Amino acid sequence: MASVSVPAEGGRGGLLRRPTATTGFWSWITTVDHKRIGILYGITAFAFFLIGGIEALFIRLQLAQPNGTILSASTYNEFFTMHGVTMIFLVVMPLSAAFFNYFIPLQIGARDVAFPRLNAFTYWAFLAGGLFIYSGFFLGGAPNGGWFGYAPLSTVEPGNNMLFYALGLLMTGIASTASAMNLAVTIINMRAPGMTMFRMPVFMWMALVVQLLLAFALPIITVGLFQMLFDRRFGTHFFDPAAGGDPVLWQHMFWLFGHPEVYILVLPAMGIVSEVLPVFARKPLFGYQFVVFSGIAIGFIGFGVWAHHMFAVGLGPVANTAFGISTMIIAVPTGVKIFNWLGTLWKGDIRFTTPMLFSIAFIAQFVVGGLSGVTHAVVPADYQQTDTYYIVAHFHYVLFGGAIFGLFSGVYYWWPKVFGRMLDERIGKLNFWLMVIGFNLTFGPMHILGLQGMPRRIQTYPATLGLGVWNLVATIGAFIIATSVLIFLLNAIASFRRPKDATADPWDARTLEWSVSSPPPAYNFEEIPVVHSLDELWHRKYAEREGGVVVPVPAGGAGTEPTHGSGGGQEGHGPSGHGIHLPGQSYFPFVAALGLPLIGYGVIFHLWIAVAGVVVMLAGVYGWAIEPASE
Amino acid sequence: MAVHTFESEHEATSTGLPNTKLAMWLFLASDCLLFGALISSYVLYRGSSLVGPYPEDVFDIPYTSVSSFVLLASSLTMVLALAAIQRAEIGRMRVWLLATALLGMTFVGGQVYEFTTFYREGLALSTNLFGTTFYVLTGFHGTHVGVGILMLLSLVSMSFTGRITPRDTMAVELVGLYWHFVDIVWIVIFTVVYLIPTGK
Repeated sequence: MASVSVPAEGGRGGLLRRPTATTGFWSWITTVDHKRIGILYGITAFAFFLIGGIEALFIRLQLAQPNGTILSASTYNEFFTMHGVTMIFLVVMPLSAAFFNYFIPLQIGARDVAFPRLNAFTYWAFLAGGLFIYSGFFLGGAPNGGWFGYAPLSTVEPGNNMLFYALGLLMTGIASTASAMNLAVTIINMRAPGMTMFRMPVFMWMALVVQLLLAFALPIITVGLFQMLFDRRFGTHFFDPAAGGDPVLWQHMFWLFGHPEVYILVLPAMGIVSEVLPVFARKPLFGYQFVVFSGIAIGFIGFGVWAHHMFAVGLGPVANTAFGISTMIIAVPTGVKIFNWLGTLWKGDIRFTTPMLFSIAFIAQFVVGGLSGVTHAVVPADYQQTDTYYIVAHFHYVLFGGAIFGLFSGVYYWWPKVFGRMLDERIGKLNFWLMVIGFNLTFGPMHILGLQGMPRRIQTYPATLGLGVWNLVATIGAFIIATSVLIFLLNAIASFRRPKDATADPWDARTLEWSVSSPPPAYNFEEIPVVHSLDELWHRKYAEREGGVVVPVPAGGAGTEPTHGSGGGQEGHGPSGHGIHLPGQSYFPFVAALGLPLIGYGVIFHLWIAVAGVVVMLAGVYGWAIEPASE
Repeated sequence: MAVHTFESEHEATSTGLPNTKLAMWLFLASDCLLFGALISSYVLYRGSSLVGPYPEDVFDIPYTSVSSFVLLASSLTMVLALAAIQRAEIGRMRVWLLATALLGMTFVGGQVYEFTTFYREGLALSTNLFGTTFYVLTGFHGTHVGVGILMLLSLVSMSFTGRITPRDTMAVELVGLYWHFVDIVWIVIFTVVYLIPTGK
């Protein structure tokens, strides 16, 4: 569907006319709709999840037996590095961003984010960064110095591998920083009337904390990555001991970002779990304020624990003790949340749906990962654990058992809202049980391997060490995880082969996004809702009689019915959807983002390419600034 | 650059602050961390260079003081530009915006001259830790000034094509916020890098 007509301000049209396609390829390139951008983020992140997963399977195959020969040492280095970089920067962060983009406006009662075109730009910049890093495989070598890129290994090894790392992460960093500004402003400034901060769903609070963490942690890694880039490419000496520089500076820069990053990865999942548990336990979240303030506390303390990644570096007993204590302190607000979730389940009328199962597994597995985390805070124990598989076990329990399980819970919970179709519950439960079994089979044994002394990042090990059995178990587990992911994929595809069957509120949920049709119309809310309480939708549906008995509000009560029938998705052409002003589509966020990888290749190969990149980027920015508003 | 964000300016917001202004404050707060990391790197390596030239060999404090004064003066002209558009005096606003850009360009020009002088005296990016940290820190700041100049000139040219009208005071205010921030950062850099002696 090409552009049908020029909007009212057509007089100024010409080259800068804003695109109007609503279906087809160009409608996705030019979209500024937060829901479509959310879907783009989600699909892209899932594609990277499959790629990162395949890399993990190769790693596991290589390690399944002693003296494995499937991957050469240098390929192994690339694979474990890219597995980490992919899962952290290209999967968990953008998958969280997918949920943020889609549900922030819907949960706070807004029609879009504060800066819709900037939102589109963040997606394209993220995609550019991801593809840029992966292009290293075809241009002489992908990053191979670990996802943490420790200097001087990352600055002196020959080859462009780590240049792809530094430049690619700078691009995704630009995307995340811009996204953080946009979404934080949206949450602070665009809430519906009556939606006070303490009537926001917990997911919104966690989203806000994450945006602020991003805003204050990313600049630090940006500087670190520039220093790495300059050391490699322009002969500076930031991390060069021969000139008096100190490689430990990189570690400080990296972990000053890297530890808040851990909470950037897990707080969104915590927010999702805090949404899912009350719905399926049919109880309000236990201690809402405690959960919110614990999240804020985690955000603050998260900036004061970074050196616990560096106990073995030799910072001295005073620094190690201080960071050991602060690390133990950050376990407190995390523990508070665990008890709040358990309190939510306590005496609840629990429905064991697939999203609920994923959320419950999140709690159990996150506790395991949290406990092994506390053992790292004990400095002498950590000396023993550093760089062993015990660490690998720990962070997979919090990031896979925690973050990924939480995100899968969100996928099953919100799938009907986003696509208007339910995922099959029986296949979903099969997906869940296989993933739980596979996950624990893979990463549980790594605790033992680590305590037996198996070091991380080794390409192979001799048979005499006796590590073969548990490694084989872990590899079997990894393939069970892969099977469960394939089953999820089948479930997703099967849902699209059925007609739209999701009602506006299939789970009997509590928050505003369930008050509009599934999928929501392009303008979200026909009328901006007026909010009177926490769990607004629940209070529209149910009233509490004296004695605490909950009774449904009679049909026809205020706001009981969704503004549109189920199976909507009329995309802005709803009967009364006319006259709602939506932000116009635009080519320029895409153009501006296109300049980024050109600049990157220019820095690596030839500066003239970078000049071209700057020109493209400026063209995008100026087109963006002067294109007419579509009225 | 800052003008891309008007789409929701006229809507009522939860805090009463315009979205664009809130976003700019957040960006500047984030940028503080960027300069914080760069300045920390400089301070960490202060006096650790193994070979010369050292700071006291190349610095010309009176020269840099003058160019610092030029940059600080540009904050005054920026305020006058904002005051002009708030009184709907577009012509006067153009004059003051141009003056601000000109002062900024004088500063950047001075920095380019300073860099070439230092380079001739033997201080390159890769000479020692001082060259490494000094050029990267002041270079980042100079780039920020450059982006600011681009935004000022864009405002002026957009005022001729009718895209900046007396209604658009917020655009000028946002560029002003950015400009003042860059000035304030320079005060810190000038003090830390030039005025505090290294003791070596």
